[in-house]
Amino acid sequence: MEHAHHVEHPDMYDEESSKIGMWLFIFTELLLFGALFVVYAVYRYMNPDAFHLAAEELNRMIGAINTIILLISSMTIAMSTTALRKGHRKLAIALVSITFLIGLAFLVNKYFEWGVKFSHGIWPGSEHMLNEMSQGEILFFGLYFVMTGLHALHIIIGMAIMVFAIRGLINGKVQIDRPSLLDNCGLYWHLVDLIWIFLFPLFYLIH
Amino acid sequence: MSGDKPHIVPYRVYLIILVALIALTLGSIWITSIEMAEYTVAAALLFAVVKSYLVLTYFMHLKYDKRYIKAMVGFVFAIFLVVIIITFLDYLFRA
Amino acid sequence: MQTSSAVNGANYLTYQGKYKGLLGWIFSTDHKRIGLLYMYSIATMFATGLLLGLAMKFELLAPGKTIMEAQTYNATFTVHGVIMIFMVVVPGLPAVFGNLMLPLMIGAKDVAFPKLNLLSWWLYVTGVFLVLAALLFGPGAPDTGWTFYAPYSFKTGTNLLPAVFGAFVLGFSSILTGLNFLVTIHRLRCPGLKWTKLPLFVWTLYGTAWIQLLATPVVGITLVLVALERVFGVGIFDPALGGDPILYQHLFWIYSHPAVYIMILPAMGAISEIIPTFAQKHIFGYKAIIASTMAIAFVGYLVWGHHMFTAGMSGTAQYYFSLLTFIVAIPSAIKVFNWISTLYKGAINVQTPFYWAISFIFVFMVGGLSGLVLGALATDVHVHDTAFVVGHFHYIVFGGTGFAFFAAMHYWFPKIFGRMYDKSWANIGWLVFTIGFLALYTPMFYLGIMGMPRRYYDYLEEFHGGNILSTFGSWVLATGFVIIVVNLIRSARKGEPAEKNPWHSKTLEWTVSSPPPVLNFDEEPVIGENDGPYNYK
Repeated sequence: MEHAHHVEHPDMYDEESSKIGMWLFIFTELLLFGALFVVYAVYRYMNPDAFHLAAEELNRMIGAINTIILLISSMTIAMSTTALRKGHRKLAIALVSITFLIGLAFLVNKYFEWGVKFSHGIWPGSEHMLNEMSQGEILFFGLYFVMTGLHALHIIIGMAIMVFAIRGLINGKVQIDRPSLLDNCGLYWHLVDLIWIFLFPLFYLIH
Repeated sequence: MSGDKPHIVPYRVYLIILVALIALTLGSIWITSIEMAEYTVAAALLFAVVKSYLVLTYFMHLKYDKRYIKAMVGFVFAIFLVVIIITFLDYLFRA
Repeated sequence: MQTSSAVNGANYLTYQGKYKGLLGWIFSTDHKRIGLLYMYSIATMFATGLLLGLAMKFELLAPGKTIMEAQTYNATFTVHGVIMIFMVVVPGLPAVFGNLMLPLMIGAKDVAFPKLNLLSWWLYVTGVFLVLAALLFGPGAPDTGWTFYAPYSFKTGTNLLPAVFGAFVLGFSSILTGLNFLVTIHRLRCPGLKWTKLPLFVWTLYGTAWIQLLATPVVGITLVLVALERVFGVGIFDPALGGDPILYQHLFWIYSHPAVYIMILPAMGAISEIIPTFAQKHIFGYKAIIASTMAIAFVGYLVWGHHMFTAGMSGTAQYYFSLLTFIVAIPSAIKVFNWISTLYKGAINVQTPFYWAISFIFVFMVGGLSGLVLGALATDVHVHDTAFVVGHFHYIVFGGTGFAFFAAMHYWFPKIFGRMYDKSWANIGWLVFTIGFLALYTPMFYLGIMGMPRRYYDYLEEFHGGNILSTFGSWVLATGFVIIVVNLIRSARKGEPAEKNPWHSKTLEWTVSSPPPVLNFDEEPVIGENDGPYNYK
């Protein structure tokens, strides 16, 4: 049983495997949020008027701005994959960094938006909510905090993956014939965008 | 990278898609400001579906991917839709 | 790869990787070692769950308090359920035999993402410890039942949060395993191994992986919601805040019903390998079995409501769910017919795996047919929440998965350990186990129809006889389990060295030495036009 050499497993890198692996993971995320959309749909159906009323509280302007900056960030990260394939490594790094900053801006906006809610006494289990709001409004805000909060968590995860992608671009682990990390980072970020595309109208636009 | 050459999407395509997405966002804000009672939800969701189609097809490269990947994505959305419908078999018909 | 000559002669059990000793196992990305890690962890958890089950049966030996208070009994059945469902039967066949055999059966060196595979096991262990933390610390073990039904799950004073979080982490582990297998099956089949030449065990892993992927996130987020509701008082399912507890049940069963198909599909797959091998005959209706596998996976995803017939759903939903439940029975029956037809005129070699496989078919049929009683609206109202339900799902879940697990264990054992077990002790173990199983669960059907409710530590005097028989059965079953395990452990260390292909099977895993070499195949296998997993003469 004395073996001098290590047994290293072979490098199993395969671009298509990585891609469908990421897609399969995205499916789980879709179903995760999907379940929340089911909850939203059911409670909206049961409390149509309260949901209308509660949606008035949300600021369309902030919602719209966040939607647009998230769309822009989706474009920049998509462009970074093109840049990598054209061999423009520095441009790719710049584009991912810009995406990262836009993600940060989204979070800052979200922070202020939640802050305004808190200053109005609206947070899960708050006195104001329990005493002054109807049950439908409580459900609306409960879902609002859970769904936008979970979405913000995904923004943070997406930004963390970007850090790895940038590092890979710098040290050469991500390159023209090994683009999977950057591609998957992009796919994940688009998923975050995709979910927001539905969250925005369901919470901000329907009143 | 075995064999099939990768498809490089031009920057221009992404820019065009972004413009379209922003236009649709503004469109959805505009249409929901019109009083249409229960159709407001349908209109907003219609815009969202078109937007997500663009994101999936271009930003997420599905247009250039193999057919089985497209089929998987379609299947997942379909099964989600079926789950919603079945759940509503309960809520729509409660006494 | 250049190092492979250095390990000539070493197999996956003996080679020395980057780390030594135990570390060489718990940090190994070799799919076979990970499979064994799962086997040992799952066996440990099964033994724990079994002890809790024995304690429950002992409590029910006589009416009134026998050994525990009602609250202890509630905690016992909750923990028994959480362990057996989330830690034993859901990961059971896919994580153990899927990991051990899938790459071998498709001629691959490993799964698509070996590191992710190791991460899955670590997540599994993390989940186990989280759940155990709920038992050992805090204000008492959870008492909600493994279903964590709202609103009790955020009202109970017991230590529920770690258990819920543990279940979430276990779900994540299960998702990653499924993801890994799907990519592996799509991308790593060896040349010539078309989809229509895949062994059926691989096909069932494929169907199972899809369910793991698409159903588990739903329960994941549902458990998160329960936790948020418990900690922050967010109104989601609390009727006092306008929530609908039945919606919790919908979301919970959207996962937990398909979960039984996560358990049973690979079990069916293992049986579909064993039956043709021991009949030395081509499996009857290969494509029909594939079709029925995918049909079960798909339709099984859409029938969750039959767990909620008495919860207050609309009548329309009840009819719909009842109808689809009956439809699921069709592909299940197709499989049974296929197995039986494979045996017809076969040259049957009666060995231990075959005994397990045949008894699997029997308990699966009893479990399945009693399921129809529960799938029909009127009879369900009569027997819901009685011992009948307990009997039914133990026949299906424990009988189905457990018997198939032992069948697979005795089938692949020589391949995994390179040694053969003592066959006569293995047969005795099977016989004792099966007798115990039948004595343990069969009385429950009778007791349930007579009206004995489930989940009580007490019962009326008139149910005494059936319960005595059932408790007695639990002792026999446990004895059988001990015989099986002792025999296997002893044989793994001291058994006769096994041949490459002791059962004369045709699938790829039997073409490599026993135990398999580190990277499985010295040369990548190629499947010819006329080869096939069941091409017996």
